[in-house]
Amino acid sequence: MSNWIMAPILIPALAAMMLLLEVRERHWLRRVTGLAATLALVPVSILLFRQAATGDIQVYSLGDWPAPFGIVLVLDQLSALMVLLTSVLAVPALLYASHGDDRLGPNFHSLFQMQLMGINGAFLTGDLFNLFVFFEVLLIASYGLALHGRGPARVRAGLHYVVLNLIGSAVFLLALSLIYGATGTLNMADFAARAAELEGPALTLVKVAGLLLCVVFGLKAALFPLYFWLPATYASATAGVAALFAVMTKVGIYALLRVHGLAFSDGALAGLGDMALWVVSLLTLGLAMVGVFGARRLGELVAYLVVMSVGTLVAALAWGTEEAISGALFYLLHSTLICAGLFLLADLVSRGRGEVGDALMAGPRPPAAGLLGALFFIGAVAVAGLPPLSGFLGKVMLLQAVPAPLYWLLLLAGGLLAVVGLSRAGSTLFWRAGEPTANVVLNKGRLAAVIVLLAMAPAMVLLGGPLSAVTESVAAQWAQPDLYIHAVLGYPGGAQ
Amino acid sequence: MEALVAIIIAVLVGSGVYLVLRARTFPVILGLTLLSYGANLFVFISGRLKLDQVAVVGQSADPTDPLPQALVLTAIVIGFAMTAFLVVLALRAQGELGSDHVDGQRDELSGEHLDEQRQEESR
Repeated sequence: MSNWIMAPILIPALAAMMLLLEVRERHWLRRVTGLAATLALVPVSILLFRQAATGDIQVYSLGDWPAPFGIVLVLDQLSALMVLLTSVLAVPALLYASHGDDRLGPNFHSLFQMQLMGINGAFLTGDLFNLFVFFEVLLIASYGLALHGRGPARVRAGLHYVVLNLIGSAVFLLALSLIYGATGTLNMADFAARAAELEGPALTLVKVAGLLLCVVFGLKAALFPLYFWLPATYASATAGVAALFAVMTKVGIYALLRVHGLAFSDGALAGLGDMALWVVSLLTLGLAMVGVFGARRLGELVAYLVVMSVGTLVAALAWGTEEAISGALFYLLHSTLICAGLFLLADLVSRGRGEVGDALMAGPRPPAAGLLGALFFIGAVAVAGLPPLSGFLGKVMLLQAVPAPLYWLLLLAGGLLAVVGLSRAGSTLFWRAGEPTANVVLNKGRLAAVIVLLAMAPAMVLLGGPLSAVTESVAAQWAQPDLYIHAVLGYPGGAQ
Repeated sequence: MEALVAIIIAVLVGSGVYLVLRARTFPVILGLTLLSYGANLFVFISGRLKLDQVAVVGQSADPTDPLPQALVLTAIVIGFAMTAFLVVLALRAQGELGSDHVDGQRDELSGEHLDEQRQEESR
């Protein structure tokens, strides 16, 4: 057992505290500390991923309390992949924010690290109540980040976001206490093992709790009818924050995937909520399509693309086969990175357009319009799922794995409408543009962050073979919850 | 006792939901507070209700479950911090949007109407 599993939580936690102690006037020091801590997460998460890739599931008991009684951190391939994705995303997001946006408020870097700590903790924990605590950590940091930089639009969207998530927290608590009351445990593995054998009233209670959990995770993931907060919040947040938030919806999807794989895969709770998730995710997909088509600002358009990816992913999850999960994981990596890149690009473009901002109407030509246009083209092709970039590969894998006519129809129609929406946006921004505004220069650092994220689209195609092998092995491990239960409890699931 | 506690939780959650659906931020905050009280009480009783028993194993023949007490303490602290944050945010929204409506809409009664009303009241 190695202690490295703690590092993705401890590094941001320590960095956040250090950042609070540092002198406010020394912006460069805060930037260096924040960037160093975020960069340090990359090798650590690669190390953890390599350890997980061997197929071993590492369990770390906090305070050395044995498994069902104490809190455990669990590193399996799925959580290692998500931690790796977070660290890869966080570096360009912070790099972008460090070119000015971080100075709009006093504690940006500290909040950013807290956010990373909450996200990594949620991915690594093996305890349901601890998951609640890490959700709250990432939420309160996200409230601060979403409101970072002032402005009426941000306050209005932030208020909705905070109120909704507080209601979500209350529902989460209700679900957890139902689970504890009925099974006497909050450890995920122990819960899965016990839930499989439940019957009578206890089973009904746990079913209610399971569906309440689906509601809470659906709120985090932004599923219909709980996605209405997302476009306003993401589109009004500062760009670096919006880019980091691209992984926040995936925390909800991860939690759904984790609980689903462990407890709802077989036994007494088999298939709980699958039908509801299937219907709801297809509705999400359909409505997000309309949103992409009707968006009036580029940021809003990208936010609806995030919602669309959520619908795509959760439908695959509800389908539930190993191939579907493998394809969904590939699509998850792609959509998180590319949507984050597009959020940054939208901000970069809007900065060059003066008062028009990122509104989709004719305005001044942004500086270096050719380069930005090319980047937008790459991002649009990738996110709409056109060949030859990563979105196409992800969609092909999903279409192969989920042979449902309705899903095919929505996914392909969604791709088509995304193409139309994006090309309308692109031609408005870059072709119907007037004279460029004077005195606006393109910031090289910001541009670099955008390029790093959008370069993932061709990179994911070039590395498509190894990457899909990785997602296949992650999905294979996910499909065997007994391995997880055995690793945590020391005995196979069900038999005590 | 179970019935009494169940009714208390139901009333708390019911009133909380009603208040959360109001259009002003202050009732919404009160509603969220009631909702989290209901949820906290629910967490607390998930270890079953027992009278006059300590939460220490070995000190009593039938000890009450200590874990929900630890859980509810965590939940209360978190809920408290979140409420405090929301109050500050609501004040900020009042300042920036000029209204305590949850959507930031201006009141029809604001401005001149409100002044007239106040003048009438003062007469």
